[in-house]
Amino acid sequence: MIRRVLTFAALLMAFSATHAGVLPDDRADVLYHLYDGGGVQIDGPSVLVRKKAGKSLSFVGNYYVDMISSASIDVVTTASPYTEERKQWSLGMDYLRGNTTMRVNYTTSEESDFDAETVSFSVSQDMFGDLTTVTLSYALGDDLVRRSDDPTFKRPLDRQIYGVGFTQILTKKLISSLNIETITEEGYLNNPYRSVRYFDAGSASGYSFEPELYPNTRTSNAVGLRLRYFLPYRAALEGEYRFFTDTWDIEGHTGSLSYIHPWKDFTFTGKFRYHDQTGAHFYRDLFPGPQATNFRGRDKELSALTSYTFKLQAAYEFLNDDGNDTWGFIKRAKVTASLNILSVDYHEFSDLTAQEVIGSEPLYQLDANIFQIYFSFFY
Amino acid sequence: MNKVISRTVRLLLPLFAIAALSGCSSIEPWVKPYERDKLADPIMALDGDPVSTAYIQHVFEAREGARGGEGAAGGGCGCN
Repeated sequence: MIRRVLTFAALLMAFSATHAGVLPDDRADVLYHLYDGGGVQIDGPSVLVRKKAGKSLSFVGNYYVDMISSASIDVVTTASPYTEERKQWSLGMDYLRGNTTMRVNYTTSEESDFDAETVSFSVSQDMFGDLTTVTLSYALGDDLVRRSDDPTFKRPLDRQIYGVGFTQILTKKLISSLNIETITEEGYLNNPYRSVRYFDAGSASGYSFEPELYPNTRTSNAVGLRLRYFLPYRAALEGEYRFFTDTWDIEGHTGSLSYIHPWKDFTFTGKFRYHDQTGAHFYRDLFPGPQATNFRGRDKELSALTSYTFKLQAAYEFLNDDGNDTWGFIKRAKVTASLNILSVDYHEFSDLTAQEVIGSEPLYQLDANIFQIYFSFFY
Repeated sequence: MNKVISRTVRLLLPLFAIAALSGCSSIEPWVKPYERDKLADPIMALDGDPVSTAYIQHVFEAREGARGGEGAAGGGCGCN
C-alpha cells in the first residue's frame, strides 16, 4: 500500500494546477517532512527546483526520499517491524504557446521490493478573457511489485489517470476550481505481505491469518470543488469538498475549511479537514473461515473510517525585493513550518494488540502528528 | 473498460465544445484584468506551496481509501 500510494502521488503530481498563459515562477524548495503515529516514523527531504529557459519553457525537477521505520498495527499483528528507504526522481517541462501550456513529466522511484515509472502529459488553455482555465491530463504508470523474501516474485501493475480541471474566476474576490479524475488500474493490487484474519476454532486465539487477495482491477472516480474567497479585510477563506467512488464500493466524502491570515511578514494558516468513507466490498475484520470469499482484504485503509485533521501553519518571509536587501539572484525567500494533527477512527478494524476475547476487541484508532519545515527561494 | 472510456468521452466532449467556442466567442470577461488585484494577492494562490501540498495529500492517500480529484497532489511519505 505504501508503494501504491506513492506511485499515485507521482502520477498526480503531474496534474498540479497551474494557470495557462503564464509559466510558473522560478523557485527552489527544500523541505523536511516527519510523520509520527501508529508505531510508524517516516521522514526525509524533498527538494524541488524550477527554472525558466527563455519565455516559453520551464523545467522542474524533484528529488524525494522516504525513510520508513515501521512497527504499525498491521506489522505488529502479522509480521516483523522493518525499515526501508524509497527514493523518487521526477523531471518535467512546461511549454507555453499563446494561451496554451503543455506539460510533460517523467517520474521514477526505487524501493527494495517495488519499482515505478510514470509518464504524464497535460494541456491547459486559458479562455474567456483569462477568467477560465481548462486542463486535460493523462498519465500512464508502469509498476513492478516484488517481495523482498522471494526474488522470483514479480507482478506487474498498470495504471492510467484521466483528468479534467477547470479553474474559474467567479468575482473580483472569489476563485474556484473543479477537478474530475478517473483512475483505472489493472494488475497486482494487493500487498504481498498482508494477511486477512479468519475465525479458527482450533487456534488458541480463536482466529488465524491467510494472505489477502484483491481483485485485479480497480476504477475510481473523484470530483473535487474548491472555492477561495478574499475577505473584506486582507485574509482568505477556502472551502473544499470532494466526492469519491470506486468499483470496490468505497464511497468517500471529504470536506475542509481553511483560514489564511497575513500579518507583517508572516502568513498564518489554520485548517480543519474531515473525511468519511465506506469500506471495500471484500473487506472484513474477521472472515468466517479460510477462503470464505472470492476476494479478501483487511487493509485498514479499506475499512469504513472517519478521519479528522487540524492544521496550523506559519510562514515568515525573511527576504523580499520590496526592500534593498537581496541575496544575489534570489529576490524573495521564506521559511514555513506546519503541523497537521491527524486522528482516524476505523469503524471495522479491531485492535488485536489489546489481547481481548475474539469478537470483543476494541476498534483501532490512529493518532499521528505530521510535521513539515521548508525553505522557499524565488529568483 | 468500455464503460470507463465512454464515461471519459462523455466528460471530454463538452470540454472540446467549450474550447472550440472560445476561439470565436465574444464573451466579455466580467472581471476585468485591472480588477484582479485581490485575486493576485499571494494569499489567494490555490497552490502556493506545491511541495508541501503534494506531500500532505499523499499522506492522506496512504491513510484513506480515496484518491484524486484535488487538482494538485503528489509526493510524500508512505506510511502503513
